[in-house]
Amino acid sequence: MSNLIKLNTNDSASIVENEWTIVKLPASQVEARKQAGKVVLFKLTGEKTVTDEQISGTVIPASGKIIVPLSVFIHRKAELQSRLSVKEVGVWIDTHEVLADLIENQADLNALPIIAVHVERFADGRIFSLGTLLRTRYGYENELRAVGDVLRDQLFFLKRSGFNSYIIRADRSAEEALASLNDFTIPYQGAVDEALPAFARYNRVS
Amino acid sequence: MYKYDEIDQQLVDERVAQYRDQTRRYLAGELTEEEFRPLRLQNGLYIQRHAPMLRIAAPYGMLSSKQLHKLADITKRYDRDYGHFSTRQNLQLNWPKLEDVPEILAELATVEMHAIQTSGNCIRNITTDQFAGVAPDEVIDPRAMAEVMRQWSTFHPEFALLPRKFKIAVSGAKQDRAVVQMHDIGMEFYHDADNKVAIKVWVGGGLGRTPILGSVIREHLEWQHALTYCEAIIRVYNLHGRRDNSYKARIKILVKALGIEEFSKQVEAEWLHLKDMPNTISVTELARVAKYFAAMPYDTLLAHDASFDAAISSNPAFAAWVKRCVHPHKTSGYRAITLSLKPHGKAPGDATSQQMHLVADLAEQYSFGELRVSHEQNLILADVKLSDLFIVWEKARENGLATPNIGLLTDIICCPGGDFCSLANAKSIPIAEAIQMQFDNLDYLHDIGEIELNISGCMNACGHHHVGHIGILGVDKDGSEWYQVSIGGKQGNDASLASVIGPSFSAEEMPTVVQKLIDVYIQERTDEERFIDTVRRLGVAPFKARVYENKTLAKDVAEVTT
Repeated sequence: MSNLIKLNTNDSASIVENEWTIVKLPASQVEARKQAGKVVLFKLTGEKTVTDEQISGTVIPASGKIIVPLSVFIHRKAELQSRLSVKEVGVWIDTHEVLADLIENQADLNALPIIAVHVERFADGRIFSLGTLLRTRYGYENELRAVGDVLRDQLFFLKRSGFNSYIIRADRSAEEALASLNDFTIPYQGAVDEALPAFARYNRVS
Repeated sequence: MYKYDEIDQQLVDERVAQYRDQTRRYLAGELTEEEFRPLRLQNGLYIQRHAPMLRIAAPYGMLSSKQLHKLADITKRYDRDYGHFSTRQNLQLNWPKLEDVPEILAELATVEMHAIQTSGNCIRNITTDQFAGVAPDEVIDPRAMAEVMRQWSTFHPEFALLPRKFKIAVSGAKQDRAVVQMHDIGMEFYHDADNKVAIKVWVGGGLGRTPILGSVIREHLEWQHALTYCEAIIRVYNLHGRRDNSYKARIKILVKALGIEEFSKQVEAEWLHLKDMPNTISVTELARVAKYFAAMPYDTLLAHDASFDAAISSNPAFAAWVKRCVHPHKTSGYRAITLSLKPHGKAPGDATSQQMHLVADLAEQYSFGELRVSHEQNLILADVKLSDLFIVWEKARENGLATPNIGLLTDIICCPGGDFCSLANAKSIPIAEAIQMQFDNLDYLHDIGEIELNISGCMNACGHHHVGHIGILGVDKDGSEWYQVSIGGKQGNDASLASVIGPSFSAEEMPTVVQKLIDVYIQERTDEERFIDTVRRLGVAPFKARVYENKTLAKDVAEVTT
């Protein structure tokens, strides 16, 4: 059974088959530097988080719909070009990666049929800001998928942050998770899914 | 005060249902301990030393009589018949059962209360001045904005899982009583040159392991942009704050690492995109919320009351209480009063269910059915007639709520400490009680005058020890409990952080140490000086010299380096 939940256009959600294969980076020989606060320094110094060896060593399947790591997408774009034009290539980013790197290399985000954000630990709330920025700042309109440590109690927030598909962690039931998309009926604040705050949507009288 | 409409009520009811299901899944083994942890924390439930602890929100410290009656009932039914008012203007239950929490929340929802975001790595209860709306030095009543911000921050999807907790305080008075400079975001409302409401914004203040006063990020922000500007700040923090080390995860560390100029540049760049977006507060919305905080239907009263004046001159105990516990009011013939939750020898901030019922009744009868919790852990009746003060005092005194020590040495701010809290390195309540007993002489207390003594059981600083005129921090040294003493901290407009005076002390030594600090002050003070003024004038040296004069330094004394 699939663990992929997709929002339908009428705001209902269903469990559907997953057509996309996530392409992973090979393990790095260099010590991982994913420390959150350092991202700021990376931004300032231009230091990389993924090694050249990892990028060149990434095995890209010869056919099928694939979601490739941001670093691979940037450095091996030429190889992917033909598949990109038939909408068979998407990109995934880690929560510590910087969206500007994606935008610099792909001015038209809507040429991508899917963008996924990988969250390593469910408690990492950067995913919500990344989703919000992709939708509101960069005008991304296609499928936005949450992958990794995705659990039902984060679904409502993910939905509000612009994500419209979610791969529930393998050991959990996607069927049961569906209910959490509708934990709250009328949220207070405007967000991606509903830009208007409650005070602008309803005539609240005192 | 604010009253729920259907939208507010539905949200809180849905939260009860959501949390009930989360608890069910946890108890059924469908959620691991680690997965349940942030869920229960965002509902104020800690797992503590003896039992869970549940923190119930009192938004910006406001409670109605009806709500306090309900809280009293809950402590009786689900706890040990008392509750602890915290420095975040909330109420904590020390002994609820994890299984009972959904029921407690359902009961709270019937009186428009909840425990949403009272803990966890999210935007916490927004705090403000306990004298909001009645203080003579108030420029703008901050409560309407606090309520607008409460709603905005409740289940804000983008900020549901921040690197660390996030605390906002707002103030609208000339004298800051909300300690805005020690918050992640502090806001002071004022009238600008065009007589429009504007906000001065501080960012990156906080206590804890690395105490830092906030930096001004904006001198002038138009009020309608309060939410979008906070979104810009918190977005930069959410994306770039450290998540690898919880001790370095607060926004203050990021602000310090980047410098306020760079941080501010990044915030302003974000805000360019967020400014004027739909979360911009509308005039209609602020007006709707502000109606709930309109002035009470006060009687027209003279500034003096003969019966009050007579009671003052004939009853010294009443006069002493009035001097310490009664505060000026905007409206002629009215006063705000503080009911002290600091009787000598009892845990600071604790109230029994019987006391809560009594306070709720007093509020109902004498103060328009409302009360407030102060961050100094006392209860406030904000609108009492001068002519009613005597009767209120008598009833409060019968119930142990009229210790005339507000602002004095025994009005100690104190966290639950090692008796309850699993984070604590050391007990704090017994230290507070021992100091209260050492100074259990009211004349002497009044002679010592205004002083703030704050105690935290660990460097998380829930007892705000860094801004105490005297601060006491519990530390762990080779498995035993020690206490580090600092002096010279202060809250308010001229806030400062305290300096550690030297090596730490055992629990038994603490009353004597405080006594020696006070002795130096009494000896050195000029006529008009408060303790803090003397410390600021003389520095730490003379105090240190007295405290350590007969103490063998080096090997006898634990050198603590935290």
